[in-house]
Amino acid sequence: MTEISYRQALHDTLRAEMLRDESVFLLGEEIGIFEGSYKITAGLLQEFGPRRVRDTPISEEGFVGAAVGAAMLGLRPVVELMTINFSLLAIDQIVNHAAKIHAMFGGQASVPMVIRTPGGGGQQLGATHSQNIEVYYAHIPGLKVVAPSTPADAKGLLTASIRDDDPVLVVENLALYNTKGDVPDGDHVTEIGTAAVTKEGTDLTVVAYSRAAAIALDVARRLEDEHISVEVVDLRSLRPLDRETICASVRKTTRAVVIEDDWLSYGIGAEIAATIQEGAFYHLDAPVRRVAAAEVPLPYAKSLEQAALPHAGDLVTVIHETLDATGFTP
Amino acid sequence: MATPQERPGRTARVRATPEPGARPEAPKRRRSAPRAPATPAVQAVQAAQATTPPATAADTETGPSAAAAAALAAEPPQVLADYYRQMVLVRVFEQRAAEMYTRAKIGGYCHLNLGEEATVVGLMAALERRDYLFTTYREHGYALCRGIDPGRVMAELFGKATGVSGGWGGSMHLFDAGARLLGGYGIVGGQIPPATGAALAIAYRSDPGEDAEAVMCLMGDGTTNIGAFHESLNLAAIWSLPIVYVVVNNGLGMGTTVQAASGEPELSRRGASYRIPGVRVDGDDVIAVRDAARQALHSARAERQPVLVEAVSSRLRGHSVVDPARYRSAEDTERARRLDPVPTLRSHLIQAGVVDLAAVTAIEAEVEDVVAAAVAFADESPPPAVADLFAHAYATPVPNTPHRLPADAVVVSEP
Repeated sequence: MTEISYRQALHDTLRAEMLRDESVFLLGEEIGIFEGSYKITAGLLQEFGPRRVRDTPISEEGFVGAAVGAAMLGLRPVVELMTINFSLLAIDQIVNHAAKIHAMFGGQASVPMVIRTPGGGGQQLGATHSQNIEVYYAHIPGLKVVAPSTPADAKGLLTASIRDDDPVLVVENLALYNTKGDVPDGDHVTEIGTAAVTKEGTDLTVVAYSRAAAIALDVARRLEDEHISVEVVDLRSLRPLDRETICASVRKTTRAVVIEDDWLSYGIGAEIAATIQEGAFYHLDAPVRRVAAAEVPLPYAKSLEQAALPHAGDLVTVIHETLDATGFTP
Repeated sequence: MATPQERPGRTARVRATPEPGARPEAPKRRRSAPRAPATPAVQAVQAAQATTPPATAADTETGPSAAAAAALAAEPPQVLADYYRQMVLVRVFEQRAAEMYTRAKIGGYCHLNLGEEATVVGLMAALERRDYLFTTYREHGYALCRGIDPGRVMAELFGKATGVSGGWGGSMHLFDAGARLLGGYGIVGGQIPPATGAALAIAYRSDPGEDAEAVMCLMGDGTTNIGAFHESLNLAAIWSLPIVYVVVNNGLGMGTTVQAASGEPELSRRGASYRIPGVRVDGDDVIAVRDAARQALHSARAERQPVLVEAVSSRLRGHSVVDPARYRSAEDTERARRLDPVPTLRSHLIQAGVVDLAAVTAIEAEVEDVVAAAVAFADESPPPAVADLFAHAYATPVPNTPHRLPADAVVVSEP
């Protein structure tokens, strides 16, 4: 184990996979000479050269689609989209092509490509640069969507994604890049499609992913002081979704709260809540509550932006409300 | 030769190829192909454009021009007979496909290559087995001329398990890994970025040369207006990719004319912003198409110079089987019939003594049998098994992949 940042874990994983497999190459805007908008690819152009670290013009549809075609011929492109907001410019290639090619052509071709991209608000980047639109992609059969919340999962899930023969969207988060954690040394693969119980508990389950999973873990640890035992399920994989781990936890704790950075209506939390009501209905002692972003285009002004985003305090409030509604006493 | 009145201007509905500098006396066959980087690519564009004659078959409404006839005469008879056989195969296959569509044996959308047979055969004659092909949703003929068994193509149209895509794709999504046909694509222009990426993979793995692989990426005239076209050509140019983009210009994007849709209606010029040389060729002339494509593929594989080829042809019928094409004038339709490349080549072969009537008739009879067998094969083949609905969910299986049918429970709830 070594303690490194989420950013470092991503960087080291890219480098390790490029060293391991000649067919892995990177492409994206400003990933080479500029070393990446968030410096995930720092130093890789110098080490691997422009053949394997390919700067692209501002053409998201073009270079994401080019990655699709390169993958069809057996390469393993890892695309960096500067932010998930720009994925909208490439959505035809992601949804109509990357996601469809394996099935639509009867399994004759596969698309072993990765799209890495950060989402998330809270950086005063305004309405168009602060979204959490991973649910668009989590809705699409043929895609895999993962969202690591820790440096260890950043390594494990990115490694798995690069080695996977399907198109995988790796959702990173601006607020997580500088967070630190222990990361296993050497080869470390996290299985796509599996959630993790990051803290065990008995009174209430919090389900979350990405930045919100880090918040949930922090809140759960703090509530120990109040003798409230919260279990945290970190989804890690949004498609496929590990419904059984979610339901097994709620069957045990009998209460559930979802916290998510995306908007509430039709969001990831809606799918989780629906899953719980079907998979743990007779165990539930209270309605499933959702803590999610206010449904406005995220404002620039810090006061408004912070008011719109879910925080640890919001989660604590909703956990207490849920417990109180069932007459819970610590 | 066409009279000026017959050479349509911006108001023409089909097949208009306005050529500001066109010389009516120019021979219709393309004289030279760009040979970049021997000359700067932008000069090659200009040179190609300056020497590109009006390539429309409007010039040849009474049969092949003298130059085209000479080119035909220079071809070995067996080659010409084979091209004719392939053109007839596409013609008959598409006619039977239309019939099967009206009989509800084929569902969904069904777009035919009728009228484009010379373009289809010429392009496929130029493409080597080692090359990769990305096409549009109007691609049955390309699959056939790539050597794929007609029965497997028809079976895909029928939605059968024996189809080239196992019944998953249908008419618009034919795919055969062995033939390196990497897809028909139903989204207009959706194939252009992946085709460009396939060329990137070739460049990533191998050096340029006469024996190198290349990619051919087909599209229709309307496709040159989408963003992905321009982004992809730019990528191909800056990365020096081995790819030939082919615009099959039949004058109509569904019912919208090229003139109405394109600020630069001479589509072969649309690569100029990216210094990609363009060449316009008469799509009704199988030899001209083949030679232009061969030259372009040579530039792509040996020099890593992407090229844009525009083949001007015509659509004999509507956009799809169900389109009566009422937006076309009677004159346009009549003209397309007059320029029909299949009977044109047939009469030329007989008149020039390349093959005799008996041989032509034998080819046609053989093709009829082949297509009849294809229809029978498709009809008798089984549909894909419902048990295989999730067989292609993912290439790499992972836990929790949804395998539920509409009425299945999402989670098996414990009591």
